[in-house]
Amino acid sequence: MATASTTQERAAELNVLSRKQRSLWGDALYRLMRNKAAVGGLIVIASAFLVAIFAPVLAPYDPIAIPLNPSTQMEPLWTGSKYTDPRYLLGTDFLGRDIISRLIFASRISMVVGFIPTFIVFGLGVSIGMSAGFFGGWLDQLLMRFTDIIYAFPDFLFLLIIVASFRASGFGKVLDGLMLIFVAIAIVGWVGVARLTRGQVLALKEREFVEAARSVGATSGRIMAKHLLPNALAPLIVTAAFAVPSAILGEATLSFLGVGIIPPTPSWGQMINEGFPLFSSNPWAVLMPAICISVVMLAFTFVGDGLRDALDPRMKT
Amino acid sequence: MADLLEVTDLHTQFFTRDGVVRAVDGVTFQVAAGETLGIVGESGCGKSVTALSLMRLIPQPPGKIVKGSIMFDGQDILKMDDDDVRGIRGNNIAMIFQDPMTSLNPVLTISRQISEALELHMKMDKSEARKRTIELLELVNIPSAKKRVDDYPHQFSGGMRQRVMIAMALSCNPKLILADEPTTALDVTIQAQILDLLKNLAREFRTAFILITHDLGVVAGMTQRINVMYAGRIVEKADTVELFANPKMPYTWGLLRSIPRLDESRKAKLVPIEGLPPDLIAPPPGCKFEPRCQYRHDVCHEKEPDLKHIPNSKPDHEARCWGTQEGGWLVDTDWRREIGDTRVIEEIKQETASVTATPETPGE
Amino acid sequence: MIPTLFFVSLITFGLAKAAPGSPFDKNPDKPARQATIDRWNAYYGLDKPVHEQYIQYMGNVLRFDFGTSVRRNRPVSEIIASGFPITAQLGMQALILALAVALPLGVISALRQNTMVDYGSLFFATVGTTIPSFVMAIFFIYIFGLGLKLFPITGWGTPQHMVMPTVILALGAAAFLARITRASMLEAIRQDYVRTARSKGLREQVVIVGHVLKNAMIPVATVVGPAAAGLITGSFIIETFFSVPGIGREYVTSILALDYPVIMATTLLYAFFIIVANLSVDLVYGMLDPRIKVAK
Repeated sequence: MATASTTQERAAELNVLSRKQRSLWGDALYRLMRNKAAVGGLIVIASAFLVAIFAPVLAPYDPIAIPLNPSTQMEPLWTGSKYTDPRYLLGTDFLGRDIISRLIFASRISMVVGFIPTFIVFGLGVSIGMSAGFFGGWLDQLLMRFTDIIYAFPDFLFLLIIVASFRASGFGKVLDGLMLIFVAIAIVGWVGVARLTRGQVLALKEREFVEAARSVGATSGRIMAKHLLPNALAPLIVTAAFAVPSAILGEATLSFLGVGIIPPTPSWGQMINEGFPLFSSNPWAVLMPAICISVVMLAFTFVGDGLRDALDPRMKT
Repeated sequence: MADLLEVTDLHTQFFTRDGVVRAVDGVTFQVAAGETLGIVGESGCGKSVTALSLMRLIPQPPGKIVKGSIMFDGQDILKMDDDDVRGIRGNNIAMIFQDPMTSLNPVLTISRQISEALELHMKMDKSEARKRTIELLELVNIPSAKKRVDDYPHQFSGGMRQRVMIAMALSCNPKLILADEPTTALDVTIQAQILDLLKNLAREFRTAFILITHDLGVVAGMTQRINVMYAGRIVEKADTVELFANPKMPYTWGLLRSIPRLDESRKAKLVPIEGLPPDLIAPPPGCKFEPRCQYRHDVCHEKEPDLKHIPNSKPDHEARCWGTQEGGWLVDTDWRREIGDTRVIEEIKQETASVTATPETPGE
Repeated sequence: MIPTLFFVSLITFGLAKAAPGSPFDKNPDKPARQATIDRWNAYYGLDKPVHEQYIQYMGNVLRFDFGTSVRRNRPVSEIIASGFPITAQLGMQALILALAVALPLGVISALRQNTMVDYGSLFFATVGTTIPSFVMAIFFIYIFGLGLKLFPITGWGTPQHMVMPTVILALGAAAFLARITRASMLEAIRQDYVRTARSKGLREQVVIVGHVLKNAMIPVATVVGPAAAGLITGSFIIETFFSVPGIGREYVTSILALDYPVIMATTLLYAFFIIVANLSVDLVYGMLDPRIKVAK
């Protein structure tokens, strides 16, 4: 004859066995890996990273030095035009430099510009946003006024103003203009992240687990780091995933307008800027970097979308 | 006379990435004209899906009515083409949904939302429909109906919104109304009002009702017959009075026992039914309630019992339990002794007595 | 709004002034003599202390005097008056085109989820929002301009000139709007009131048009304002690319040349539009959503 306790055990048994248990992050990772576009994107990004790291090894020629007897404006070999040089697979630019080598070295700029400012933006934005949301008061008010003002500027134009203003200065010449671009992107970007974090913190700080942590004596710092941050993480990760391509795009556009990376250092935007006047005679000098930008941007977008879907709790199957 | 509604061996399933959910797994019942049937069960037992299946409102992927027949007024709804089904919806069969806040369109006036059905099924023009809409609102006791007819849903309170839903359901004089948890989202005091309203309407218009709820208290005062559902099947069928007086299924005992009582001593603990409902994708073999049943024997685990008439009860009382069926070990069990204090059950019995009078069936 | 504009002007002014170099010394081959630069500075009032310059400038602004362009020696108001209508026209054309494409696309792709149309529109939305406009422009020019020789590449004036810039500018906005429309439709279709509408026996078409669309279009309508502002303030790349004589192109050249009056005026103009667009969101919500309407 069955007894109550055995019933309980049996019921518990049957329920535990019926579904595979997964932790929140494990579940998200699983869903991300099932998204083919996102996985494809990750592969492309990883490849871009490798190309950037191993650039000196991979590039057949020096990207900066102008060869002694330059064959300028050569077209890629596969176009079959009479302006090709068998030494240069994708042709040369207006100064005779090999396009492939330039493309490979330019990937370094893009990778660096994508990730480093994003770290700065998030480090700054998250700490300030979290403090503002958590402590409230004048810090919060100040932050809100600030964000209102920055939001009134069209993002890119603000970037442009900063970069254009300072590129003639000594600071603007550091790292061929890269440092200035980092700083400009960081200045423009941290505000949005701070606002997002603040919003998250405001929503979370009223929840019971914060009260519970406080009641056992956790300090504010600890609450912010160990309780609020992990819960606010999901939308932050997605925003970061989209901030990287946004930074890459910012640099490319600046370089295209002529105020980005200082030549002769190659960047994809820079290559477009240089090749553009002669577009009709050698379109591929412009098309190749354009394709590189497109591919990398698409890769990041797929990964970002995949992350967003994977981390969205509403879509739990 | 043939029943208004005859559902035979209905199977509705949902095809998901994790497997096939057998939400309604072989359900058979009838509703006579003018009768109120209660369908009672926990969340997830299939009662709402049954109602939606009756109107073929199951979203086609991922759901599908895979088997069975639904005879309404002599025609099989499952065999009709789409246009005919639409002709029935809102017209011969209407539905009242659980949450009036989300079930009404927030950007349309309630006048528009009620007139829609009138214009469609009763072929009224705009002014006729509007007049009739105001009449309907007055019928469900909405004050200042003429002024409020052009208001939006958010301008009404919860109870008022549910009255609007009821007015909408009644608008084309349906023969059958499906009420899916009509009072669950409302305050208790409003609940009583709405239930009273439904009872009076049922009596006045001789509309058949299927009242779906998880609350035994609600069905007690409203229905003539009750089906208890569990895991997609009916596990007990009886007249309301009979069910409360003489329940014959351990699940029903569990439900009755778990009703919290105001008159209980503070020390008395709530007595829930242990465990959780079964997984509808891979249900246990044998009786679906067996893992949680404290009266189980080995046979319960091996084979699923059929829904059969049981000894020591009224003739149309059926239960799906090896223990209470002919030759079972629970046939002579006095369930009252099992569940303890029966005062509240006595009160319920008194209430049900007031609903015993079956409404006259029209045309007889 | 006013305080925000004030700070915008302050920051822009500060940045422009902090920049090294002088607007009068732009030709590296022929560096100007210091005396010449000093004379120009005095003429434009650039030798006064910075805060004085700012106050003087703001005072003028309140009288709608935006000063004179240093680079072109024309009143700034004139420059804006000649360039802005072109930018506005380009922006409005792009907006109309974007809406005409995005709305039907978003609605259809939501109704026919997981079909070719849906995947196609998702692809379009992704590509349109990801690939930067000048890159798109490059591909377009290569295919249509050089290859098929259908449209002129630069300039403005005839309808043919307008096609490429408008199309490419519209692309980004269309992709964004299509995405929002689709998401909004999907959200609306899942709501309970759709089930109620069906339970009344309404035909699917009536349900979609009469019940779903009305709800789904509200978020989309609120976004049109910011989209328009985005198009107007973001057209500078296209204008630079296609040599369209709009205010955007003027803005870029003046930033590069450190032409303060033009930079200030255009920045204020752009900021004004963006702020107005953001305010319009709440307004449109109030107009369309009865839940908010009545509360007013």
